[in-house]
Amino acid sequence: MVFALCLAPLAILMLRAFMVGELRLGPNPVEDIQDELGIWGIRFLMLTLAVTPFRHLIGQAWPVQFRRMLGLFAFAYVSLHFLNYLVLDKQFDVGVILEDVTERQFITIGFVALLAMIPLAITSTNGWRRRLRHNWVTLHKLVYGIAAAGCWHFFSQVKKDLTEPLIYIAILTVLLVARVIIDGSRTPKRAA
Amino acid sequence: MLIKRPSDIKPSEITPEANFLNRRGFIRAASLAGSGLMLGTACSDADDNAPAAALTGDDELVPNSLDDIISYNNFYEFGLDKSDPARYSKDFKPKPWSVTVDGEAEVTGAFDYDDIVGPHTIEERIYRFRCVEAWSMVVPWNGIPMADLLKRFKPTSKAKYVAFETVVRPSEMPGQRRGVLDFPYVEGLTIAEAMNPLTLMVTGVYGIDLPNQNGAPLRLMVPWKYGFKSIKSIVRISFTEDEPPTTWSLAAPAEYGFYANVNPEVDHPRWTQASERVIGSGLFAKRQPTLMFNGYADQVADLYTGLDLRRNF
Repeated sequence: MVFALCLAPLAILMLRAFMVGELRLGPNPVEDIQDELGIWGIRFLMLTLAVTPFRHLIGQAWPVQFRRMLGLFAFAYVSLHFLNYLVLDKQFDVGVILEDVTERQFITIGFVALLAMIPLAITSTNGWRRRLRHNWVTLHKLVYGIAAAGCWHFFSQVKKDLTEPLIYIAILTVLLVARVIIDGSRTPKRAA
Repeated sequence: MLIKRPSDIKPSEITPEANFLNRRGFIRAASLAGSGLMLGTACSDADDNAPAAALTGDDELVPNSLDDIISYNNFYEFGLDKSDPARYSKDFKPKPWSVTVDGEAEVTGAFDYDDIVGPHTIEERIYRFRCVEAWSMVVPWNGIPMADLLKRFKPTSKAKYVAFETVVRPSEMPGQRRGVLDFPYVEGLTIAEAMNPLTLMVTGVYGIDLPNQNGAPLRLMVPWKYGFKSIKSIVRISFTEDEPPTTWSLAAPAEYGFYANVNPEVDHPRWTQASERVIGSGLFAKRQPTLMFNGYADQVADLYTGLDLRRNF
């Protein structure tokens, strides 16, 4: 059920791309796809980070079971966002892509964030969590840096109107502060 | 109305016959009523179902569909998304319209739309349009040569620049209530740029009155510069001695300059200008290499001999 909801933005985008019914992309379809996939990447990152604060807010444990799925969907949307850039926008022009990644700061930030998501995606399984133990938690704290990089990537490419990126930066700040408060009020735990 | 064919436009840039005929199909499809600007007798017995010519390698310009042109716009006065101007400009009333002419000229004052346009013959110009955001279209504008219009005001020798200003009407332009940019939107050209034969005072597109989202009722078109220079919904023309302020340059001086000539060798600080995405080319189209001066180097390059185009971006 939650899985289906997470797939919904992608499904709608596909329906628009294949012109099902009245659904369409705009006159610049590659840009529309890029923007939609990117914004859902950021949204899923925020949702993932919101799980623990939410669980503490309501005092119940059930939200935690969705955190991995939300995180993996964030990875999926961000990967597709990059694939759209690679395949449809730049059409595998490696020279231009290299130039972008090395010279356009916001693309460097975005690319680094994507790369950092890979080890997190790989180690998302129970098996890896057992193997890494307390190191797993340390590794997965990277998600805060990734979310910040995503916000910075978004912020840097907006032409003039900073409202939307600033909203996500505000959300991220609130989630970070919530997490600091939660961690601060916990008694020290033994290694998981 | 008789349509003149300006002799200094390359023959390859005149609409291929097939597209010129096919535009009626576009207009019909868009269900827009013809206006007094409907191009006249030239093709009345022609085959309206001739297919649009495919994009050929030898520089024949195939215009974008009217739907593309009227639904994908940057016009922050009506909102920030590309679809906002079409959606939110319905209450805008382009007539009656008045343009104030002032500054270093012998003939100044307020002129209404018919005073401005009436004495001239409307021409069709098919121009490439290149946005600074690295997308482009081909648009069949209708308008009058700016040089012919400006000469009527007899600019003096002190007039080194021509400045333009957009209307401020927050009651009809919701984007102006937010002020992402400082309104009124202002732009300017050197007198030589304004008098260049390519520079157009646009009154319509595809043979119909200019839609609100495209800058009704009068807008500038300077096809060798980035689109933000082609100011829309003009209410003031001023002849000035000094370089006039321009809105995007004020908003982000490191990113947008006064000249804003299309130049694949000078990147925007945050993205490349070497290529562009052609609107309407579809999901799987390759980006197109950007042309120096948007392909109009033959007509305008000598305006800039000796000017460092990287510093004067």
